This record gives sequence, structure tokens and C-alpha cells, in this order.
Amino acid sequence: MKSESLVSITDYSKEEILEVLESAKHFEENPNQKILEGKVVATLFFEPSTRTRLSFETAVTRLGGRIIGFSDASTTSSTKGETLNDTIKMVSNYADLIIMRHYLDGAARYASEVSDKPIINAGDGANQHPSQTMLDLYSIYKTQGTLEGLNITMVGDLKYGRTVHSLIMAMSHFNPTFHFVAPDELKIPDDYKKFCDSKGIKYYEHTEFSQEVINNADILYMTRVQRERFTDLMVYEKVKDVYVLKNSMLNDSKENLRILHPLPRVNEIAYDVDENPKAYYFQQAKNGVYARQAIICKVLGIKI
Amino acid sequence: MAELKKELKVAALENGTVIDHIPSEKLFKVVEILKLSELDKAITIGNNFTSKQIGKKGIIKIADYFFKEKDINRIAIVAPKAKINIIRNYEVTEKYEVVLPDELSDIIKCNNPKCITNNEPMHSVFHIQDKEDIRVKCKYCEQVVTFEDIKLL
Repeated sequence: MKSESLVSITDYSKEEILEVLESAKHFEENPNQKILEGKVVATLFFEPSTRTRLSFETAVTRLGGRIIGFSDASTTSSTKGETLNDTIKMVSNYADLIIMRHYLDGAARYASEVSDKPIINAGDGANQHPSQTMLDLYSIYKTQGTLEGLNITMVGDLKYGRTVHSLIMAMSHFNPTFHFVAPDELKIPDDYKKFCDSKGIKYYEHTEFSQEVINNADILYMTRVQRERFTDLMVYEKVKDVYVLKNSMLNDSKENLRILHPLPRVNEIAYDVDENPKAYYFQQAKNGVYARQAIICKVLGIKI
Repeated sequence: MAELKKELKVAALENGTVIDHIPSEKLFKVVEILKLSELDKAITIGNNFTSKQIGKKGIIKIADYFFKEKDINRIAIVAPKAKINIIRNYEVTEKYEVVLPDELSDIIKCNNPKCITNNEPMHSVFHIQDKEDIRVKCKYCEQVVTFEDIKLL
């Protein structure tokens, strides 16, 4: 039984991504399976994240595993000055798998080096959040029937949004065309453009969230423009309402278009969009449980 | 006569390593990276010599000591043009330019204050992304640092 940590979505090859998506489909058809009977899974949330934790814990519970852990580091010995190294080494004596979220960038990679049990990164600071990417991929796969050759339009904070960055890396296996819609202050970093160039991936940058961009899209990936990212709040005030998706803007959109959002949303998707069958963000969150069941099995080397 | 003798002592190396073409301002970084202060060999350090290639250069001579290539290549992060001369019996028997390795451990400090390497007692590790137009990437927080912004530990 081979087991390997999942720290970044780039740890997985195209084949491995597809394998996890197939297994997620299997879990969606039959979510309750006692595959983890007798196994102990630790969920270590050094930084609170209710949504992600509940999704992982639901995944473990549906697989019949038992959970130990904490949802807030303030009650643990890391407040007494214990190093991450020591906490992880201690927990890896108890659990078969560690799912962790940490406020520091790179914490999960480091944990995967010091732990003799596999680690699943449930978010390390502003760095990686691969299970989010996997559920985004599963949502795209499920709604489009394929990942190949899609028009993916990403809107909002493309500079700091880690879900956007990881999705670009993951989708790069599948010959996409990207449209990046962002204000100058939040446009996609050059590193990602260079990455697309090196892979021969077509991309277009827009500052205007135009009807044409929407009508061409297969996937509209909306993100929140976060106030705390701006040094100049005047700029924030200027751009915060520029990229708001309203239901009327979807009139001429493609039949297969689906709107994704990593949630929580603030005002970037108007509430009247929720009723549109093309709105997919709540189902997207539900897909997270299946994607995480699939990741857990993959990481533990359990073949489905 | 006495003066001449002194000079000869500095110039000639019977056996050992000469590191040449170190940018003057990086000379003492190289000393640090190679941990020369811990070495009990005869070491000569010269600086601010004129160099056609790099303007002003530093030079280090170490008697009776030969570095492993992988160890000495670590200095390429500050002195990418440095040349290594291996001296045996007063003759240069080997001469090569340092080559930046694919990975550098415990030399570069990550610029990201929220990186785990700046918050845990651990080694930093950087992958070299581009050896020409030097760019390095932290193995942990995955931030990319360009040559001008590289800080050493």
C-alpha cells in the first residue's frame, strides 16, 4: 500500500488527477462506504476554517473513519511554544492520516517531511489548498463532461487568489483557453503568464467584464475582491463593484456555462443569479465532500 | 629581500585551492558560505583587485584543502562567475567555473515573513528555477525570488 502526501495540486500528474476525479464520481454515487473502518484521522486546524474542516470530517465520517484533532490552535501546546515539528511527530504516532490547515506558508510541505504518516494540506497560509482545486476540477468535469479544451474565464482577484493560481496549474494539463478578467491592481502575476507561455496555453487579459467574455465562457470562475489586499482604499472603492455578475448578463451565455465560486461570496454574484440553473457554486461546495473522500483514499493508497 | 619573501609566501601555493573572480562586495559572503572561519588551514584573502571581467574582484587561496564540487558550487549564488583553480605541486592541475546547483540548502533566507522556514527551527531549501537570469523558489512557501532580492542567512 503506497501512501503519499498531497501538499500541492502540482504533486499530482494528469493521470493522478483523472484517477481522483473518477473516484470522486464513485463516491458521489455511493458516499457511505466503510473503507476507513478502524482508521484514525487527525484534523489539525492551526487556523480555524469551519467550511473546510466540516467537509473533510464529513468525508472521513462517511468512510467510517474516526477523527481526532482540534479546530483552533489556541487550545493546543503550540501556544506554549511547541514547534510544528514536535506537534506533527507526536500526532503521527496516533493517527493514520493527518489533515492539516496552518496559517504559515509552507507548513504542510514541512509537515510532510517530518511525519511518517501522509499529510493532506487543507490550506497553508496564502500558498496551497489542493482539495479546493480538486473539487473545482470535479465540478468542471461533472458539468462539462470533460476537462479538455474549455474556455475558462476567471474574474476578480487574480493576483492574490490562490484558488485561481492552483486551478491554472491543474487545468494546464487539459489544453484550456483562459480569460483573465481583473483590474490592473489585481491582475494575474507574470509568473502564471510565463507558465502558460511555456505550456503553449492561450490566454487573454481583460480589464472589462464584458458581455462578449461572458458569452464565450464554458466556466465562469468568480472570486471575491478582498478589501484587506489593498494598500489604497480609494482603489478598492473604485474596483470592488466593477465585477459583479447579474442574472441579466447571462441571457446570451452558452447553454453549458456554469458559474463557480470558491465561496464565501460577498457581492460579486448578485442573489438573482442563484436561481439560474447555470449557478453552480452551492453544488460545487457539495462536490467537495466527494473530492475529499477520493483524495483521502488516494493518499492512503486505497484503490477504489 | 625579506619583503619579497613575504610576497612569495602569499602568492605561491604548493597544494590547495584558489577561488578567483569573486565580486569584491561578495567576498566575505563567500568566506561565510564556505565556513572558512572554521577551517584551520593557511588562508589568504585578497580584495579589490582589478578584473577585466567583473571590475573589482576578490581572491581566496586555501593551502592544502580541496572542496567537494557540490560544496563549492554553493558560492555560485553570490559569485556566479567564480573560477576554481586546483593547485598541486605549484601547478594548476584543474580549472573550472562554479555551476549553480539545482537546489540550495541553508544559504538563502526566505523573504516571506509568513514562510514556515522563518518560524520554525529548520533549514531553508530553494530550488533554482532559472540559472541564467537567476530566480529561485522556496521549496516550502513556493515564493519566487529574483537575484537582486536574494538575502543570505
